[in-house]
Amino acid sequence: MLIFEHARPGRRNYSQAPKTSASIDDIPDHLLRKKQPLLPEVSEMDTVRHYTRLSQKNFSIDTEFYPLGSCTMKYNPRACNALAMLPQYLSRHPLAPEDTGQGFLACMYELQEILKDVTGMAGITLAPMAGAQGELAGVMMIRAYHEAHGDFERTEIIVPDAAHGTNPATAVMCGFKVVEIPTDKEGNVDLNALKAAVGPKTAGLMLTNPSTLGVFEENIAEMSRVVHEAGGLLYYDGANLNAVLGKVKPGDMGFDVIHINLHKTFSTPHGGGGPGSAPIGVAKRLLPFMPVPFVTLEDGKYRWITEQERPQSIGHLSAHMGNAGVLLRAYIYVRLLGREGMNRIAEFATLNANYLMAELRKIGFEIAYPTRRASHEFIVTMKDIKDKTGVTAMNLAKRLLDKGYHAPTTYFPILVPECLLIEPAETESKQTLDAFVTAMKEILDEIEQQPDMVKSAPHNMPLRKLDDVKAARELDLCWKPGA
Amino acid sequence: MSIPSDLKYTRSHEWVKAEADGTVTVGITDHAQELLGDMVFIELPKVGDSFSQKQECAVAESVKAAADVYAPISGEVIEANSALADSPEKINQDAFGSWLFKLKPSNPAELDGLLDAAGYQEVLDSEDH
Repeated sequence: MLIFEHARPGRRNYSQAPKTSASIDDIPDHLLRKKQPLLPEVSEMDTVRHYTRLSQKNFSIDTEFYPLGSCTMKYNPRACNALAMLPQYLSRHPLAPEDTGQGFLACMYELQEILKDVTGMAGITLAPMAGAQGELAGVMMIRAYHEAHGDFERTEIIVPDAAHGTNPATAVMCGFKVVEIPTDKEGNVDLNALKAAVGPKTAGLMLTNPSTLGVFEENIAEMSRVVHEAGGLLYYDGANLNAVLGKVKPGDMGFDVIHINLHKTFSTPHGGGGPGSAPIGVAKRLLPFMPVPFVTLEDGKYRWITEQERPQSIGHLSAHMGNAGVLLRAYIYVRLLGREGMNRIAEFATLNANYLMAELRKIGFEIAYPTRRASHEFIVTMKDIKDKTGVTAMNLAKRLLDKGYHAPTTYFPILVPECLLIEPAETESKQTLDAFVTAMKEILDEIEQQPDMVKSAPHNMPLRKLDDVKAARELDLCWKPGA
Repeated sequence: MSIPSDLKYTRSHEWVKAEADGTVTVGITDHAQELLGDMVFIELPKVGDSFSQKQECAVAESVKAAADVYAPISGEVIEANSALADSPEKINQDAFGSWLFKLKPSNPAELDGLLDAAGYQEVLDSEDH
């Protein structure tokens, strides 16, 4: 139910309060509205109940296990939130003088330094406001680098077929032609196809490692050599950095530019489409092209580096510096963990994923890449189950909702038919993982005994199965009176 | 679902019917619709547009993904099945009976390079993990 549907003509915040109205005599006639604005006429209590109910209907990391592959839905420690909400931070103006904001600038500087250290890059800027913007900035830098070297012939970006859709989209946004290369049976990039694809037109390669198939690229050193020898640069999509954090540095793998999703690996909240944050790290040769501003420390004072000192910078990505509140939460998170804690992230993310994979295989689920150790996520394919019973990955996903679990990612990566991409993240306990396995076993039994019930799931949710074809074809987001 | 033996196929899951008048009719296979799931939109090429072989010429968008459809052979579009715009679900119901567009081939010899039903079946078998 929409808040407009709770409305009654003339209803106000609370009915016992005296009606007040201000005189509008001094507003020129041509500036006055001819019609009332279309706002819901509801009481304050109606409003509170409406939004509280909506929040209760929501699946969230605070209420349910949320094994959404590729999204790293880890717990967001409350301490990060509490400290980032200190009034001194909240009320600070973004353009306040550097002298009055040394504490805030110190946090940003130290976050840059810590990210530099843990990724093995030469420079970090915190400017991008989302993963996709980080990608855009990264590929813009690759372009700026080649152009600064008078190399205008490099018009192609190589992207493996397992990549996130944002990779080819970013390359096209930056004016490149996308060259797609295939994946071999073991889930690695086809090295021969890469060798055949590189050449004098190669601007760079965009790679996620571990890949979206949940496996580490075993030939990364060789891939890096092949691309560099052809004169291209390597872009690291940090979507799966959680799997290697504290263990392997993208800089050591030979990457020239990387983005890091703070809302994944560094535990800041995933908003509904924002605010994200994707700092980018660069190798030495890309330092001149970094987006501005970023913080430097000189003679014990923190200050912003701007385009004055970086004339080759690709420029600003937002009005000022990025999502300050999100960056603060990430800073507090890394300080709470320390170096030792950070080393344990990849260990436990990987342990949890491999445990869950082994347990699901034991009860009868088919693993898409059974010979490979999982990184922080893995893929179950329901192709055989669908062929035998007609029950799809989507049906199972909906049935999981009935059992109190957020569904894993479904139908991505599209290379694997009827797939579930499952990522537990390191913040879950063994008990939670075991309970999830039990629920998955129950569904397997239900598929055997009453497949039609599974196909018509969910049964216990506030809404039953949605018509997603109608939703996509008749996208209607505006409430209209009398509709 | 069996693969009709009177059609030709591509590795990218288009089907091609060689008509008696020398034109070809193109659609996507049953396997393709099954992979994509419920169709939401079909973007068709314009009549008069020319494409070379393997060039993207249409888009099939489902609830899961948007997939490019490639020209199986080079040629000029002489007709597009605009009825699909209102009812893309027809592709889900009958993929081999729901054509997307018709081409006038500019190099009919390319037809010989396409797969027959047995060859296409092999492609499908090798895709199964």
